Amino acid sequence: MQKTILGALAVSTMLSPGAAMAQTEVQFWHAFTGRLGELVAAQVEAFNASQSDYVVVQSHKGNYSETLNSGIAAFRAGEHPHILMVFEVGTATMMSAQGATRPVYEVMAQSGATFDPNAYIGSVKGYYTTTDGDMLSLPFNSSTPVLWVNRDAFEAAGVDPDTDLSTWQAVGETLEALKAGGSECPLVTAWQSWIHLENFSAYHDVPFASQDNGFAGLDTELMLNGDAQVAHLTAMGEWAQDGKFIYTGRRNEGGANFRSGECALFTESSAGYAGIKAEAEFDFDVRPLPYWEGVGNGPQNTIIGGASLWVMEGHEDAEYAGVGEFLAFLSSSDVQAQWHQDTGYLPITSEAGEATRAAGFYEENPGTDVAVIQMTANEPTANSKGLRLGSFDQIRGIIDEELEAIWAGDKTAQEAMDSAKERGDALLRRFEAANG
Amino acid sequence: MEKRVKFRGWMLPLLLIAPQVVVSAVFFFYPAGQAIWQSLFIPDPFGLSMQWVGLGNFEFLLSDRFYRASFVTTAIFSILVTLCSMIPALFLAVIADRLIKGSGVYRTLLIWPYAVAPAVAGVLWLFMFNTRVGVVSWYLGQLGYDWNHVLNGGEAMGLVVVASAWGRISYNFLFFFAALQAVPKSVIEAAAIDGAHFWRRFWTIVLPLLSPTTFFLLVVNIVYSFFETFGVIHTITAGGPQQTTTILVYKVYSDGFVSQDLGSSSAQSVILLIVVGLLTVLQFKFIEKRVHY
Repeated sequence: MQKTILGALAVSTMLSPGAAMAQTEVQFWHAFTGRLGELVAAQVEAFNASQSDYVVVQSHKGNYSETLNSGIAAFRAGEHPHILMVFEVGTATMMSAQGATRPVYEVMAQSGATFDPNAYIGSVKGYYTTTDGDMLSLPFNSSTPVLWVNRDAFEAAGVDPDTDLSTWQAVGETLEALKAGGSECPLVTAWQSWIHLENFSAYHDVPFASQDNGFAGLDTELMLNGDAQVAHLTAMGEWAQDGKFIYTGRRNEGGANFRSGECALFTESSAGYAGIKAEAEFDFDVRPLPYWEGVGNGPQNTIIGGASLWVMEGHEDAEYAGVGEFLAFLSSSDVQAQWHQDTGYLPITSEAGEATRAAGFYEENPGTDVAVIQMTANEPTANSKGLRLGSFDQIRGIIDEELEAIWAGDKTAQEAMDSAKERGDALLRRFEAANG
Repeated sequence: MEKRVKFRGWMLPLLLIAPQVVVSAVFFFYPAGQAIWQSLFIPDPFGLSMQWVGLGNFEFLLSDRFYRASFVTTAIFSILVTLCSMIPALFLAVIADRLIKGSGVYRTLLIWPYAVAPAVAGVLWLFMFNTRVGVVSWYLGQLGYDWNHVLNGGEAMGLVVVASAWGRISYNFLFFFAALQAVPKSVIEAAAIDGAHFWRRFWTIVLPLLSPTTFFLLVVNIVYSFFETFGVIHTITAGGPQQTTTILVYKVYSDGFVSQDLGSSSAQSVILLIVVGLLTVLQFKFIEKRVHY
């Protein structure tokens, strides 16, 4: 009796891998939960259903930082996935890890999957491409900051919701009017360093760091204490002191305040769209991010935030072929257009953007193209291509601390940014030493 | 009189201490050795290469004024957590010890918070004190106090201290309660007959008799506030605003696991190891003398 059970077990265990062997497995680690997690799972399922050679297995590994750290820890243990989602801040870390990653352009060339680097939108691709134009990682979800307007809150404060908000000068006057009209929270922001320093610098075409924001070499130094940045932060600091700008935290805590209808203006990623659309019980508008009239070359173009997909080294050739197919599938126009419309993330190819426009999506959902226009309005300059700085997650932490000192009135904007530069540069030198 | 067991030969005693030796070697000496070794390098995150820097990591740390400031932050934080978790615990234990009826229920309820993981406790307190939707901050607002721990360092420190100490009160309560039960009733009765009122009996008899427990808890709580509180800090303030709640162990965590700077993180662990070692030696040398067994 026992023998037959064992026999049956042996047969069944021999059969099951037999069935799976026909399909090559590709591991994909990402950082999405909730609605975004479902959408990623749907993309993976669609790919698996579309062909029979490969199976992509997706797993959620925590937030952006946690996903990157799991990937790194797994690499050290030799159990890393084929595809790892890494947020834009981790780009320099991944680029320096030669031997741990395989550039996307190589993967695509080896796999023979369709791949045209020119199909991708320049300002999205630029962040993840070498100065020679080789694509290192595949842009996956990219967004850019825009200005969200709560029209009802404007009306409640007796301010015309269609008033001009294209410049910070105009926004400053509007904040005054909102405050006078009784608004408790005229302006709130998410991701303060990303929006009010990194994007601010690119948008006004002033450098954030030397060496083309780090693209040209590891010997880069922060330049965020320039006149333009200090002027902006001084104004923001005054607004904070006057109760016109409400600080809620380092990440996107402010989103809750805006979605609940409390705040009138909100600077947040264009990808805030899904959440705001789902929760806001008021009329809202999307406007381009404001710029200071007469400062730098504004408006240039804003830069992206989000994540890209890195292919990791050390797997079988057949598996890389599957990786190539999957990445080609993700870049295809239909998949991208759908992703763009569902999430508010930017389309990564111009074709997907065109398809969305042709389908009439922008007309039905006014404002959803603001981010696309803002990103693509001008050809990126050395100051607006993106940032490539080592230890940047840590540097952002330093910037957050210094910004908090400005909002609390403990430091002037100049003092805070001088200190941020000094502390950030020390980390950049360490990164240079570790990766030089 | 000294108690001593005599063994014949070496094999049996060696065998008996072997499990502890193995556990210490695997979980303490090996990792500590690794940390000391790694603190001499700047490795890249993926472990592909290492740069020998000698004591460079220590130099880098000690020249950083924020790192030096975090020693002060840690000292303030651990003293506050230790006091805030031991004094209420002792008070509750004394009260519970006097109960005649229903002490079991009180005991269970008081021990309950200990079952809550630090990170979860952090989230609970964060919800109550959330600057916009928190219940407590709303009531404070009604009273005219504008609670804002995301910008006010003092409030942030207060919040992480309370959240860290809260679950710990239960643990301390348990030890104090057990120790109180062991205080001989006859001594207390004798004092009562002599006319000593309750608090007098407490100060002159009970507290000195509790001193071994108090000392033990002092050491354990300081170690706790040094090492096990980063879950609370991570969920509530992430070390901010500015660096007012960045304690040493939180910096080890954030530099090592968030920023992947393993060299600096290892160097910080080594410094922390030395600090806690020194503290424990000091405690045993100076405070233990005043403990009556």
